[in-house]
Amino acid sequence: MDKGTNGKTILVLGGTSDIGRATARHFAARGWRIQLAGRDPEALQRDADDIASRSRVAVTVHAFDVLDSTAMAPFIDGLPLLPDIVVCVVGLHGNQARAQSDLDHATAILRSNFEGPALILGLFAEHFARRGSGMIVGVTSVAGDRGRASNYVYGSAKAGFSAYLSGLRNRLAKQDIHVITVKPGFVRTRMTDGMKLPGPLTAAPEEVASAIWRAADRKSDQIYVRRIWAVIMLGIRAIPEAIFKRLSI
Amino acid sequence: MAGAQGGIARGLGRAYGDAAIGAKQTFQISALDRVRAFDATTGLLTAEAGLSLAELIAVFLPLGFFPPVVPGTKQVTLGGAVAADVHGKNHHRDGGFGDHVESLLIATSGGELVRLSPAMDPELFLATIGGMGLTGTIVEVTLRLRRVETGWIRRQTLVARNITAALAALDAADTAQYSVAWIDTVANGADLGRSLIFQGEHASLADLDGPASRARFPVTGSRLFSVPCNLPAWTLNRWSVGAFNAAYFRSGASQARNARLMPAVSYFFPLDRIGAWNRVYGKRGLVQHQSVIPIETAPTALPEMLSLVARRGDASFLTVLKKLGPGRGLMSFPLPGYTLALDFAMKPGLLAFLDDLDRIVVAAGGRIYLAKDSRQSRATFEASYRALPRFRTAKNSLDPHGRIASRLSQRLGI
Repeated sequence: MDKGTNGKTILVLGGTSDIGRATARHFAARGWRIQLAGRDPEALQRDADDIASRSRVAVTVHAFDVLDSTAMAPFIDGLPLLPDIVVCVVGLHGNQARAQSDLDHATAILRSNFEGPALILGLFAEHFARRGSGMIVGVTSVAGDRGRASNYVYGSAKAGFSAYLSGLRNRLAKQDIHVITVKPGFVRTRMTDGMKLPGPLTAAPEEVASAIWRAADRKSDQIYVRRIWAVIMLGIRAIPEAIFKRLSI
Repeated sequence: MAGAQGGIARGLGRAYGDAAIGAKQTFQISALDRVRAFDATTGLLTAEAGLSLAELIAVFLPLGFFPPVVPGTKQVTLGGAVAADVHGKNHHRDGGFGDHVESLLIATSGGELVRLSPAMDPELFLATIGGMGLTGTIVEVTLRLRRVETGWIRRQTLVARNITAALAALDAADTAQYSVAWIDTVANGADLGRSLIFQGEHASLADLDGPASRARFPVTGSRLFSVPCNLPAWTLNRWSVGAFNAAYFRSGASQARNARLMPAVSYFFPLDRIGAWNRVYGKRGLVQHQSVIPIETAPTALPEMLSLVARRGDASFLTVLKKLGPGRGLMSFPLPGYTLALDFAMKPGLLAFLDDLDRIVVAAGGRIYLAKDSRQSRATFEASYRALPRFRTAKNSLDPHGRIASRLSQRLGI
């Protein structure tokens, strides 16, 4: 696609996250109008200014909290226009050890990664179905492919979100509304800051952004940002539970 | 480094030495890369310090703007370009990167955000331009971009048969916006310092013809190839480099006088087109020796250095000579003279040889570029950076507890 406005709009939920920011930039550079949504309007405005000065497309910012389900319907009604694509990159990694005994923390992880993203995308699905067009992109995680001791609170929430996306896709396929499941694998972001990540398995936020772009262009159903992750997770899923429970991976 | 304390910001890590390695901690700032404001009528840009020149060019060249100064790679951040007060092929005319900076926002080690400008606090501003990030972490940079009609450069090649002719040709090339000489470091005797001088000017729209007229603002040069692995240590020797240099000199000489249009990114950043070029130097890597020699002493000091280098015969084919003007910052590298950049594959005995070169540089009143340095002695440094006491005073007022420290600042006692 060429530079210059193409008249289409993408909404990024979690606009100040590294992946959200990179995704917004990537689409803006290809002429898409941008709606950035997140909890911190001041931070969103910085990113909006950045995107607008780089790409000269219209960028609007919208307060949005994925944990506030009562505000979701008014949030969608308050958008200047219903976007062509909605991407949800909201997520909270949290701390597994803490989540094991701190129920509030566990709840925050479960709700931020599953309940909230599922509810808001479900609501968009209704609007898109009514309009007869639209695309939904959910950024979930390879952690949802199998529960592991080191991050199963986060992982199980992502598993729920992945299943939700799969069901939504199955339902909306008949109405030509497309749903994309994105599993980034390790990404160098604020969420993983300080973790030791293996280089060949670790993507930059920009890589996730261009993978989302490609997936939207090709209408892929489900993507792993780095292909190697599809192989790894195939292997991990294939290990029998009797053996898996004794492993630490 | 027992007892080491303090940290330093790191952008894209293109400094050749220890400038962006913290004494204890290193802060990666490359995610701070937002454009904050841009005025297309004046070219005034404010951006976060982690924005790379590569990004800047990709975004603003299509609008008809180019960085006022670019070093040999576009993989540097604005913060790094200010901290090292990088110079380009136009230093003789336009000064260094810092000369185009209007104001800076820095985060002090005390956690304060301080805006610096020549009007508000000239001494702290000049300490930060070229200050190797040691006064505070550069957070935002406001600079004026150059308006260009196209993204093309008209390049002209001049031939110089020896070092004297090369210096004369660089002086004569002062009128060109950009000029740089490539030197054959293996040629000796009457050919000592034989060079190709590449002059460049931003092409106007009217200059474009042929394939160039199809793309007014070419943003990217294609990648030629990547070096797949570390080459063996003996790759660079008198015979391989000599053969390469002789062929390169002949081919350059045959094109002399014919102006040629090339994309600005290919003209300015030839090495960016070769992936992992550093592998040519083998597993032990390379050491660069970049010095500047004042105009008055250059006619004797440069031939002296070049004949030492030619006698060794293992300097790489990437040897560059450029004319510089005065530097802006207290610790800026440039001074009116000629800068010589020599690359060597690391090997036993090299460091002692580079100390010999340093002695010539210091005696000639020159100095070594901190962004490329990993090995100069404190004595060399202190004898050549004369504004060091002023710099220390400025640093002290912004960082009284010495919390900002790099391996470079520790090594040189800055």
